[in-house]
Amino acid sequence: MNRKEPLIRLAKRDDLGTMNAWIIRIVSIFAALILFAGLIVSVGYNPVSVYVAMIGGALGSPLNIQQTIKIMIPLLGASLAIAPAFKMKFWNIGVEGQITVGGICATYFALTFQNSWPSGVLLPVMCLAAAIGGGLWGMLPAVFRAKWGTNETLFTLMLNYIAIGVVKYLQGGPWEKVPKGTQMIERFAQTARMPNVWGVTAGGFIVLALVIFMYCYLRFTKQGYQIAVVGESEATARYAGINVGRVIVRTMFVSGAIAGLVGFIVVSGINYTLSDSVAGGVGFTGITVAWLAQLNPIGMVFISMLLAVLTKGASTINTLTHNALPESMSDMLTGLILFCMLASEFFIRYRMIFRTRQKEAAK
Amino acid sequence: MTFFVNFFVAAVLMGTTLMYGTLGEILTEKAGNMNLGVEGLIYMGGSSGLIAAFLYERALGAGAVPGVSVALAFIAAFLAAALGSLLYAFLTITLRTNQNVTGLALTIFGVGYGEFFGEYFRGVGGGRLQISEAAGAIYSKPLLPAFLRDIPVVGKLLFSYNFMIYLCVAIAFVMAWYFARTRSGMSLRAVGEDPATADAAGINVTRYKYLATCLGGGICGLGGLYFTMVSGGGNWSTGAMDGKGWLAVALVIFALWRPLRAVWGSIVFGALMIMYMRVTQFHIPTEIYKILPYVVTVIVLISISIRQKRENQPPASLGVAYFREER
Repeated sequence: MNRKEPLIRLAKRDDLGTMNAWIIRIVSIFAALILFAGLIVSVGYNPVSVYVAMIGGALGSPLNIQQTIKIMIPLLGASLAIAPAFKMKFWNIGVEGQITVGGICATYFALTFQNSWPSGVLLPVMCLAAAIGGGLWGMLPAVFRAKWGTNETLFTLMLNYIAIGVVKYLQGGPWEKVPKGTQMIERFAQTARMPNVWGVTAGGFIVLALVIFMYCYLRFTKQGYQIAVVGESEATARYAGINVGRVIVRTMFVSGAIAGLVGFIVVSGINYTLSDSVAGGVGFTGITVAWLAQLNPIGMVFISMLLAVLTKGASTINTLTHNALPESMSDMLTGLILFCMLASEFFIRYRMIFRTRQKEAAK
Repeated sequence: MTFFVNFFVAAVLMGTTLMYGTLGEILTEKAGNMNLGVEGLIYMGGSSGLIAAFLYERALGAGAVPGVSVALAFIAAFLAAALGSLLYAFLTITLRTNQNVTGLALTIFGVGYGEFFGEYFRGVGGGRLQISEAAGAIYSKPLLPAFLRDIPVVGKLLFSYNFMIYLCVAIAFVMAWYFARTRSGMSLRAVGEDPATADAAGINVTRYKYLATCLGGGICGLGGLYFTMVSGGGNWSTGAMDGKGWLAVALVIFALWRPLRAVWGSIVFGALMIMYMRVTQFHIPTEIYKILPYVVTVIVLISISIRQKRENQPPASLGVAYFREER
């Protein structure tokens, strides 16, 4: 038996170029849409009209666009929070919890001082409290990781549910609005609400500023460089004289603080109250957004926009079909798009070389 | 005493979804793959099993055999979740994507899949996605004969459960035996500890990783089936399974990646989950009880990393992809 050359060999690609890489990614998005079209057909709908209605529902009118942006803001914010941690290969999947803690801290000040402080003082204090709270919550697993090597993926994951549990306790207990029994926290007074600009919360601008900040932070600062080195190899970083533990703890503070800010934006600019779904899964979806954007903040803008359009579009479809196509179809479609885009990264990084006939003949 | 017995039984009933999920995830993680898609897999298994039974009974009407309905539900739940894990396995093992991100994508997809089809078929069933009473009885009926169940205290504690619980415990024993006593089980662990060495020793790393991930995923799917059929009474309700998968991931740590510890660990977690309904003397708010499993897990996680006992560590290559060419 002669040994055959394998049918497919893999070789690392030389740099494909940003343009070509994005073309492959966009093709993969279409692949997901086509796969999902099959499902839509199988439940008896016309995929083209469903997709058209989705886009109409997401972008068809100024009001729809506003609602889409409302979905996009926390998602983009969450993915920005993930960027520095993931760049360092610190798998922070606790953004969900860090957003929640940010929301709790902001809400504490809102509920306590909304009738005594003017907006100009209260909002900055809420903002700061949220950032510090989220940052400290993010730092906790980092300290253990730096000191004892505690697995950060699992630690940050557990902290999510602890934070969410605390909110559940607060909204059913000490912070519950009167009359009791609603399991809800009262809506903030006007002083604790962020103003709207063009129908969308001013928090959008905070997130936009964060996009630019994060882009520059990772690319042009010394700290950003340290993060990249630690991410590539902790040993190298140590030899280069970088205090790895300090970088890990500091970066996780930054990551958590950004997540905390997102919590502030959600409670003060979007929901005007705190609930256990303040993060609502964006901490998890944000991870995939950040990863697919190659941890590039500019790319995150586009991918979070795409997912926001899908989410808003799916809720429109749900209304249009009178619940026959449940809203959760956006999750499924999001999942499919994530799978396809993840798979596409492989084709961006590697080249497949098929076994050729001539070679076999030559043997 | 009666209180304790009832509490224990309720904890076992509550914990079995987690036990399935945990055992599936242990199998997956022992091969070095951290599949954060357990939450999604439980949803996929639960909804698919229920829907398969529902469609079968709907098609045959009164002629449907309850036993066949149960068998179909089992196959559907296992296959749906195994296929979901196959997707994860293909992406992480063959296409070398990041395990955390892919697992989360699987959770997003799986929860969406479960909720979508659950809701959709509830619409098809006219507002109810439910299995027949006869089939439901098979799930809830105690498996063992009455003379065993009638033994005071012990009978209720040990012999009063339905077949899915004993099946799960059996899986745990088989897994423990497999890891410790069989050559193939040791190879699997070698793959999870150090794939490069395992590869050099002639173990087919890819095959082990694929098989462990898909089988493990299928077992997680059975956890979903248990939840819809036993805890949910064979009835779909939206969002009911929320968070079970994450608890299972937590329980894997609590169990220190050991199948038999997962058995009693799931009872402990089940107890923590229902304690708020039964133990109210201490004036601790119910929501604080509900975060206890996560707090306990964090404490375990920290203490194993501080004590650094070798036999208590996660599989060494957990979460790290293996490429032969990039050693």
